[in-house]
Formats: sequence, structure tokens, C-alpha cells
Amino acid sequence: MAIASRDFRELRLEGISRDFGQVRALRDVTLTIERGEFVALLGPSGCGKSTALNCIAGLLQVTHGAIWLDGQRLDETGPEERGFGMVFQNYALFPHMTVRRNIGFGLATQRRPRAEIARRVDEALALVQLEEHAHKLPGQLSGGQQQRVAIARAIVVEPPLVLMDEPLSNLDAKLRLEMRAEVRRIHTMLGCSTIYVTHDQEEALSLADRILVLIDGQMRQIGTPEELYTRPANPDVAEFMGYRNLVDSRAEPADGGVAVSVCGARLIGTPMQAVGTQVVVAIRPDDMRVTGDGPIAATVEIAEYHGRDFYAVARDADGTNLYFRSEQRVRPGETVRLAAAPARVLVYAA
Amino acid sequence: MSAARLSLRRRLREHGLDAVTLLVIPGVLFVLALFIYPFLYGLVLSFHPKEGDALANYRRFFSDPFLYDTIYITLQIAVPVTLLNVVLSVPVALRVRLMKHQRLLTTILVIPITLGTVMVAEGLLTYLGPRGWLNRSLLEIGLSEPVRLTHNYWGVMLSLVISGFPFTFLLTLSYVTGIDPALEQAGAMLGARARERFRRILLPLLAPGLAITLALAFVQAFTVFPSAILLGAPAGPTRVISIVAYQAAFEQYDYPLASAIAMLMAGVQVVIIAALLGARTLVFRGPASTGKG
Repeated sequence: MAIASRDFRELRLEGISRDFGQVRALRDVTLTIERGEFVALLGPSGCGKSTALNCIAGLLQVTHGAIWLDGQRLDETGPEERGFGMVFQNYALFPHMTVRRNIGFGLATQRRPRAEIARRVDEALALVQLEEHAHKLPGQLSGGQQQRVAIARAIVVEPPLVLMDEPLSNLDAKLRLEMRAEVRRIHTMLGCSTIYVTHDQEEALSLADRILVLIDGQMRQIGTPEELYTRPANPDVAEFMGYRNLVDSRAEPADGGVAVSVCGARLIGTPMQAVGTQVVVAIRPDDMRVTGDGPIAATVEIAEYHGRDFYAVARDADGTNLYFRSEQRVRPGETVRLAAAPARVLVYAA
Repeated sequence: MSAARLSLRRRLREHGLDAVTLLVIPGVLFVLALFIYPFLYGLVLSFHPKEGDALANYRRFFSDPFLYDTIYITLQIAVPVTLLNVVLSVPVALRVRLMKHQRLLTTILVIPITLGTVMVAEGLLTYLGPRGWLNRSLLEIGLSEPVRLTHNYWGVMLSLVISGFPFTFLLTLSYVTGIDPALEQAGAMLGARARERFRRILLPLLAPGLAITLALAFVQAFTVFPSAILLGAPAGPTRVISIVAYQAAFEQYDYPLASAIAMLMAGVQVVIIAALLGARTLVFRGPASTGKG
């Protein structure tokens, strides 16, 4: 019944947009996903990432654009025909069916022989390590176990593409780490192409081969986790990727980059694009060092103990907040001197 | 002394009894005075017939086809009406759930409830009668004889659908909206088409609610009285059981017999409801969505 087979080369989104009334929730997203790839759609809440996922799933119609699986156009078919697996944020397990029947649902829909269903469900149960819970109802399982059932149910039909909509957001912190490893393990074992929606940059960085950052329904950057982490393409992405220090500044050419003034101090930075004199400087708190001869002087306002280090907010003479990490103890009221390596001072056009 | 009082109060609270519990008293008194007492009074009265032994009324009912046939006649109206109302409600509720102007449509559908049976009956008599709009329109387009829809089985049936449907619809809608839409989406993602999603996901989750809806709708239809008289043929095909009880009480002034008939009415309803709710225990009764763990 499913028109999509597992042996596809690529899934192409060609300029897909989605309007809700007058509001354009998703604007002109173009993306090619290779077979076996793990792509994360990352963005703050309300950025359109779930809309994008639902468009790919077929649960929402695209307003403009096309979706292709190799030579086959998908955007006019219903979700039943696309044959993609989906893991929902609230798991959406059928509450009246046992774990076994939940997992076997897709195979039963395909009218597979009973013996084959039993065998493949057994395999899926083993994969997610839920053999002893096979005859329970979803309501009798913990959140993490429900999550595993949802994953097993999505992958047992061997879909060409697995879609995951913030699957770990309902779990507590410890379980989230465990399930993250689990998602990674299953992906490595089965090699299924996956699109994973999340607002958690750490999740995206640790899981994905490539990350697409969506902000306000628009693609802002696409790249490997390293590229996004070290070289965000614009200040919006930088802010989302944890560059807490975003300072408006003026720039002038200098040796090894551009010279910018941050809090009255001169820093050498790396231009990320062609920049004029008006610039935005982005520095990650981790890249700020407390050193005796640092050019920036600021007074510590708040210092949080984070175990391995301190996370602190300091304020300079003009009242600009600076966020930094320090391995030595810093106390509110103390004056610190801060420095940042030129390669980690990113300069964008304002 | 005061320590002992405190601990008594605390112990009562442990069992869920506190000052708020007192607010239940007016309700309990009301039920006792207006339901339990009359019911028991009627039950006792039914065993004190005007003549004969304690069971004479019941024996009389079951020996006179003119009386016992009314059970069958009433069921013949109530069962199809109940099924029809519930069967119609499900697809409408499934559709309305997805609508934007749900409230407007719900309001329109609820209007028949506010009109009352007599008003609906009057309206139907005019509209469906031999000289009503419907028949005149049908004659215009070439029907040779007017369709008889009043003063017979169909008149009662139609009026019960009109007054019963909003009720079953509202109940069904509340059960339908209780089902997480993501479940249907999950079914679709797993390749199930609309019909299969309905059969394997929605219907099993709706079944317990539908059993309750059926039970309530049945009670409503089984106790039909005004429309059976106004729109039906109360001497023949729509001589329902409540008419017989009414005649016994207010035409023959035989209160014990009327009470016995009322008790039998209640008995039939209890049997049907027990069967429905018994069937309900056979299906899944948990929540219609799985929450976070």
C-alpha cells in the first residue's frame, strides 16, 4: 500500500511553504535528505518546525512547493500513502491496544501474514528492549517505555523515512539522556533516514548529521553540527546556538580580522560575512576567559555555581551585560578582566 | 477535650468527609422526597390492587394483550429511534469536531431541546400534515397522493428523532472530542485509511461512551408520551406503555394498576440498561489518550 520503498536515494523539499489563514508559518524551505541521513530541524518554539514535519508527513497540506521522493511527487498524497514512520510528541499510542498490537498495527494494516507480523513485532520488541512488557497496555508503562513503543511502532514497518516530533521533550532530564542514546543506537543499527524536530540545540548537536535551523518559519542555516556550533551564519542563529553575548559595535580593519570595540575594550574578531563599520559581535560565554590582563573590565553581578565551573553575569561601566564561564570562584561585586580569542569573536554585519 | 475533637475532625477528613460534605444534604433530601419516596410508594401500591391478591395487577397486565402488547409497541418505537439517533450522531460529531464554527452549529442543533416536545409536535403536524408544505411540494412535483407522516408510527418516530438527536449528538460530541486527534494521525501514518481508523481506533475508544449514550437515549425514547398522543395513533400503532399507565391512573382511577405498569416500565428499562452497561465492561474503558509517563 505504501508507495514509498526503503531503497530511495533522496527526499527533496522544493520551496515548501505553509500558510495558516494570513499567517505564513513556513516559508520556502528547500532541503535534500540523503538516504540514511539524520537531519534535525532546530528552532525556538513556534518557528514552524513541527509544521514542516507535518507537511512532510502529509498531516498538513503544503500551500506552495513540492515534496519529491526520488522521481515521485508526494505532496498531493495523503499520509496513509507516504508510508513514513512517525513518533509523536505525546507518543499517540493506541490506549486500548497492548504493546504488541500497537507495534503490529502498521503491519496489520499492510495485511501481512500473521506469522510475519509476530516475528517482526518480536524483533522490534527486542530492539527497544520491551519483551517483558509486550502484553501491557500503554497506560501501564512509564514515559520512557511508552517512548520506546512509539519508536518501535514507527520503525517496524521499515519506512523509508522516520519523522520524530520532539520525542524526548516529555521525559525528565535523566531519561532524556538515556533515550537520546537509544535513538542514536537505533538509527545506527537500522540506518533509517530520520528527520528529528527539536528545540534543544544539545539534542540536535548530539544526534544529527545535519541541522536545519528554522527561525520564524524561515531557513536560517543548514550545516553539520560543528558548522552550526562554531560558525553560525547570522546573529539569530548565533543567539540560538548559545552565543549569549551579542553586542552592537563598530568595526575597523585590523591584522588577523577586524577590530571591534566591546564594552570599551578593543578586541580582534573574525568576520563571518562582509562587514561594514556597523557590526554585531557574538561571543559564547564559554569562550570568555577570566585573565589578569584581559582587555574588558566588568563587575560581577550574578554568579551561579554549576559544579565544574561558575556561570556568571558581569556588567561593564556602560551597563552592558556580559555572560561568561569561569573555573575559579567569582563573587558578585568583584571586578574581573575578560578576554576572548580572535577566532571565537564572531563579527556579523549589523 | 479539644484535642479529641480535632482528631475526630481529622479522621473524618481522611475519609473525605468535611464541611463541604454537608452541602450534599439538600440534594439527598430532594432525591429522597421526589424520587425514592414516590418510587417506593408506587412499588408498594402496585402490590395492593383494587381486587385480588398482591400480584393481581401484574397477572392482569400479562394476561391482557391490550396491555402487555404495549411493551412490544414501545420497544418497536424506542429501539429504532435510539439506534438511529446514535448512529446519526457519530458521523456528525466526528465532522463537527474538526469545524471552526463548532459552537454555532452546536447551538442550532440544540434548539429542538429548548423547544419542548409539544412545540415540536405542533410544528411537525403543520409541516408534515396532508396540507403541509412537504406534501404540497411533493404533490407539485407529481406525487399522486400525500405521504402520511402524522398520526401514525412515523410521526412519533420523527418527533423522537428531532427531540432526541441533539441530546445524543451532544453526548457523542463530548466523547469524540475526548479522543486525542494524534491517535488518528498515528493510524494514518501507519497506513490505515479512514474506514480502518474508525473501526480499529475510534470505535473501540468510543464504545464505552456510546453504551452510555444508548442507555440514556433509550430511556428518553421509551418513556415517550406527548408526541405519541399528539403525532401518533394513541389508540393503535403508537399505544405506548406510558399511555396505558396514564389511562389506568386518570381515566380508570386505578392507581395500583397504573403503579404496576410504571414498575414494569422501569423493569424493562433496567433490563436494557443493564445489558448495555454489561456489554460496556467487555470493552476497553481507560482514558482515550495516553499522557506523559
